[in-house]
Amino acid sequence: MTAKDLRRTSLYEEHKEAGARLVDFAGWEMPVQYAGIKAEHEAVRTRAGLFDVSHMGEVVFRGPDAETAVQRLVTRDVSRLEPGQAGYAAVCYEDGGTVDDVLVYRRPDDFLIVVNASNRDKDVTHFSENVSGLDVEVADESDDWALLALQGPDAVGILQPLTDTDFSGLKYYRFVGGEVDGLPVIISRTGYTGEDGFEIFIRPGDAVSLWRKLLDSGAEPVGLGARDTLRLEAGMCLYGNELDAETTPLEAGIGFAVHLDKEPQFVGQGALLLEEAEGLRKKLVGFEVEGRGIARHGHTVTDGARIVGQVTSGTHSPTLGRAIGLALVEPEVEDRFTVMIRDKPVPAKTVPLPFYKRDRR
Amino acid sequence: MSVPEDLQYTKTHEWVRIEDGVATVGITDHAQEELGDVVFVELPDRDATFEAGDAFGAVESVKAVSDLYAPVGGEVVEVNSGLENAPEKINEDPYGEGWILKLRVSEAGDLLSASDYEKVLAEED
Repeated sequence: MTAKDLRRTSLYEEHKEAGARLVDFAGWEMPVQYAGIKAEHEAVRTRAGLFDVSHMGEVVFRGPDAETAVQRLVTRDVSRLEPGQAGYAAVCYEDGGTVDDVLVYRRPDDFLIVVNASNRDKDVTHFSENVSGLDVEVADESDDWALLALQGPDAVGILQPLTDTDFSGLKYYRFVGGEVDGLPVIISRTGYTGEDGFEIFIRPGDAVSLWRKLLDSGAEPVGLGARDTLRLEAGMCLYGNELDAETTPLEAGIGFAVHLDKEPQFVGQGALLLEEAEGLRKKLVGFEVEGRGIARHGHTVTDGARIVGQVTSGTHSPTLGRAIGLALVEPEVEDRFTVMIRDKPVPAKTVPLPFYKRDRR
Repeated sequence: MSVPEDLQYTKTHEWVRIEDGVATVGITDHAQEELGDVVFVELPDRDATFEAGDAFGAVESVKAVSDLYAPVGGEVVEVNSGLENAPEKINEDPYGEGWILKLRVSEAGDLLSASDYEKVLAEED
């Protein structure tokens, strides 16, 4: 793909002016870093960072059978969501492999599903193919939305003065329509960093104005590089790394987003019930590298003699100052194993997830 | 982007300063800028011997890993062990405290002058 084929968000010129390094991410020309990954990571952990995640997709389900359709497509029981509540869920194939991991927003009259940019077209096809016989419209409205994420301990303090919405009443995984700095938005208390904060849906034509306002109010721009180190420290999955068509949500450790008792069943539920009964074929573990080196996606995990898994994500944790990673390994693997880092065996030990948990103040 | 006149360079973005038959090697300002925050440097053992162009180690940033190639052939006489605890020196001072190793030169390499290296950089952009 040449540069001219890449899509750009409404904030592209802002990123360029800020000196961001831009890279191809899922067909989008996106900022990977501004000041540097470590500095941006620290900004989110200690102050507030602002991300352009407008490349994410938004698919709306509306019509009399919208709830039935969403129930059929995602692993979470969305009948338990109240209007104004969001839930993390997986979308599965019939065999239990993962199509995508998504956030389902239950609005009063419809459902908004936020999908990964890399999966947008595949998801819309999958959704459309699996709602036959239902009276529902599946609308890809991704181009109608920009999406900003304001994350970090100072996020509330930055956003509160700009809106009449009272955040003391907006709990985690709740969202509300309103205005920020006079611009119409949907404010969601969600994120992908392990910090408190918001994701703000806004019309693309208003995005530059909001972006500048939030930076003027003290937020620091953060690119996709730090987004990845932040989500990894928080133990969150990334589709294409921990999750893919060959991995079920149970294997990837997101069983909390899977309601296996759901009726009628979601696509893939039978396969997941069978896997749960027979035992997982692999499991996701968090680990720290004990020797020297940094484990990376695709590195092999061995028990010293035999390959027992693969590293799905790995980095140097800016907060912990150590090399950390996630790996999909055989279920028998215990607390120590070897990672082949650039063909050299390096010892690693499993650690509980998440690697990082914020202090709740 | 700093490209000191008094150094020689490789197309793979190492710099080298040869004095009294010993080559001090590091990565260029451009290379550290491209990599971003360096968090780990894989150094060879002292006494290891490399031919010009051999991979002798690696530099890892938060997001990527980049192999290091010997600009000249020779035996390792010293490695910058300070990088083990302070790999960020490569970002902060790539031509000074961020040097990586010293080789006793036994084989000439295919080296570029500063102006030729600048042309390589111009072609990459």
